[in-house]
Amino acid sequence: MLGWQLYSKGLKLGLDLQGGMHLVLEVDDPEGTMTVEAKADMIDRVDRIIRTRIDEFGVEEPLIQKVGGERLIVELAGIDDQDRAKEIVQRNAFLEFKLVLPVTDMTAALSRIDRSVVAALGIDSIRALGADVVASEQPEIVDLLFGGGDTTVTGEQVDTAEVVEEVPEEEDPLDNFQPFSSKLNMGDIPGTYLIALEDIPTVELFLAMDEVQRALPRDQALQWGMELVGRGARTYRYLWVLEEDPFLTGDRLETATAGRDPQFNQSQVQFELSRAGGRTFGQFTGQHIGDNLAIVLDGEVQSAPVIRDRIGARGQIDMGSGTPLEEASDLALVLRAGALPAKINIIEERTVGPSLGQDSVDAGRIAGMLGIALVVLVMMGYYRVAGMLAVGALGVYVVLVLGGLAVLGAVLTVPGIAGLILSIGMAVDANVLIFERIREELAVGRATRTAVEEGFDNAFSAIMDANMTTLITALILFQFGTGPVRGFAVTLSIGIVASFFSAIFVTRSFFLLYLQGKKASDPISV
Amino acid sequence: MRLFHNASYKFIEARRKAYVVSGIVLGAGIVFMTLNVVNIGSWQNYGVDFTGGSLIQIQVYENLTAGDLRDALSGSNEITRFGEENEFVVRAPVAEDGSIGAVADEVEAQLAAAFGQDAFEVVRTEQVGAKVGGELQLKALYAILFSFLLTLIYLAIRFELRFGLAAVIATLHDILITLGFLAAFQVEIALPTVAAILTILGYSLNDTIVVFDRIRENMHKKGARKRNPVDLVNESINETLPRTVLTSGTTLAVLTALLILGGAVIFDFTVVLILGVIIGTYSSIFVASPALIEIQNRWGMGKAGEKKRPQPATV
Repeated sequence: MLGWQLYSKGLKLGLDLQGGMHLVLEVDDPEGTMTVEAKADMIDRVDRIIRTRIDEFGVEEPLIQKVGGERLIVELAGIDDQDRAKEIVQRNAFLEFKLVLPVTDMTAALSRIDRSVVAALGIDSIRALGADVVASEQPEIVDLLFGGGDTTVTGEQVDTAEVVEEVPEEEDPLDNFQPFSSKLNMGDIPGTYLIALEDIPTVELFLAMDEVQRALPRDQALQWGMELVGRGARTYRYLWVLEEDPFLTGDRLETATAGRDPQFNQSQVQFELSRAGGRTFGQFTGQHIGDNLAIVLDGEVQSAPVIRDRIGARGQIDMGSGTPLEEASDLALVLRAGALPAKINIIEERTVGPSLGQDSVDAGRIAGMLGIALVVLVMMGYYRVAGMLAVGALGVYVVLVLGGLAVLGAVLTVPGIAGLILSIGMAVDANVLIFERIREELAVGRATRTAVEEGFDNAFSAIMDANMTTLITALILFQFGTGPVRGFAVTLSIGIVASFFSAIFVTRSFFLLYLQGKKASDPISV
Repeated sequence: MRLFHNASYKFIEARRKAYVVSGIVLGAGIVFMTLNVVNIGSWQNYGVDFTGGSLIQIQVYENLTAGDLRDALSGSNEITRFGEENEFVVRAPVAEDGSIGAVADEVEAQLAAAFGQDAFEVVRTEQVGAKVGGELQLKALYAILFSFLLTLIYLAIRFELRFGLAAVIATLHDILITLGFLAAFQVEIALPTVAAILTILGYSLNDTIVVFDRIRENMHKKGARKRNPVDLVNESINETLPRTVLTSGTTLAVLTALLILGGAVIFDFTVVLILGVIIGTYSSIFVASPALIEIQNRWGMGKAGEKKRPQPATV
């Protein structure tokens, strides 16, 4: 039962047990003209794109996994809206280059944005979003507002920490309500704000509103950064102020590769644009030397290098010295992801409803417990004390298996449970082999201790060969199997190793403890 | 309590009867598979995992029969009851344009139009492209062939080549009989079924190896070379009989628990495993060990130095 607790809390359940969606994607290549490398590159790009969109799925820990260079598996546990998930997976990626703007205009417009939020949503629904949408430094104003009393504003100046903002003193109390600007902290990079992790959903909600979009300064946009950053004890996400229209889109990009600059020992990304793209880029970069250029994939800012010089059709992005090559490779992948030459097909789709998954868990639990109870009964009934030792060793086996599964990050599926049950069978078999041997040795009149030693030694070769051949089968299953069969192979392999260990070492140790203090002629219960 | 203690059954002497039994069962399996080719167009009732296509499992909340569902749906769907009273499975072939996903949506929409949104719930869908299915058949075949090969090599190293050959013969026997059974009952061959077949392969080997291990041991005892191989093998089988019975019995008990309580999703899987345990136990005694004797009689395969002149086994 301890084992069950461990495994229901510590182990990840497969989609068949908790419900969810399993998609297999493949590069569309009806004529079969694409090279293996081209396909692998496509899958890399799709992988990168879908990872960018992970937040959109709205599920915890989606699993995205490349299979053999031409397929991608996406597993979404507990997803509700399957059509939307498919749309997210298949949507074309959109790469844009946008100019990063100073925050001055945006900061000046914040009070207008706040007002538009309040006007659109009403005070009550904003309040429902959380008490801290109101500037927290002014509790008395909140009291005034919602206490139903005098609506006159006290003369205190609103100070929203980092965002310097003048709130005009007007009669309208809504002005002191700062649902939006109170969430914004001045960023440590020009052209950015920092939004605390817990405020991100609220700010996302506001940004999605038409009223807010209209209240933004003309031709400016607020867009999220890709990564979370830690500042002090808190985690933030960048919100970039960008020029609304991109000056170049990803379809003008021909290639992008990561490399290393041998001279300065820094990683870099080299890219090449189409001829027309190069003209636009050259003109634009020439005018904006010293500004930051945001690389935006699917609406999220991936990187924002400084423009050092006029760049034509060929350019390079220096990642700074000491940056690992992986970062450059990732950025190169982002750039390539924006221009997918082929379509991506869903070639396999499986969904399991949460109720069905729960049914399977319940059924598996009951069957498993009954199965274990049966084994315990048989062993203790047939082999008495030795049987109890074996049951103790099986307990160690269970802990080993669950630990092994957790360490390998294995996902438990229905066939996986079946694999476990089978390996329990093998663990029991090993003990049976040993005990039968001990009985045989005792029957020919050997002394207790000798009989036990001989029993273990004689049973060893059978246990070893039987386990090895089953392990071979399990490994082949792992190699050739997909999805559920793989899950089965993993639990079976771990189970066999654990069963071998528990029978040979654990049962033996228990037996030695049991024999301690016994004389050679004392009878043992086996 | 000791079961089958000091048993001395003459298993090898009864091998001709066992050949007849195995022969009849294998023959029946082949007949069923052939009938399947005629009736459903393939050896086995392959599921969507192998053929491609869609499977939609529906739970109905109103008193609907498979016929009602059939009337509500257009297109070439196949509807069967699945496990419990109120659950059905709709199977549909791969869409003509080869696309994935539309079929399940369509089925859901048609059912909603006929019975209303609340009358049913789609609890599981499986939609597999035709290409994936084809690859899977090949992969399953590779998996079985590879495991045969590696087992053969392993046993040839740890035992002798003839032990490996006999074990592979027994395993092949088990797989063929299982396939015959699956064909007879038209059990759907899905990914877990393949896992089950491969587990049988493992289990059957496990059983066979325990017996072979004892034969190997008895062969190396003093005076073993002068003994009649048939007696030696018989003795080995009888010596391991308590273990065989106890282990198989326990495994069967656990699997039966799984069968009764495990739910519809793994029902087929468990049936195949139970069958495999029974056949595997039978074959380790009545197929693998006699095969060892037959191989020795015919080709005299053994370790080069050990058996220069193979002793013909007589019954």
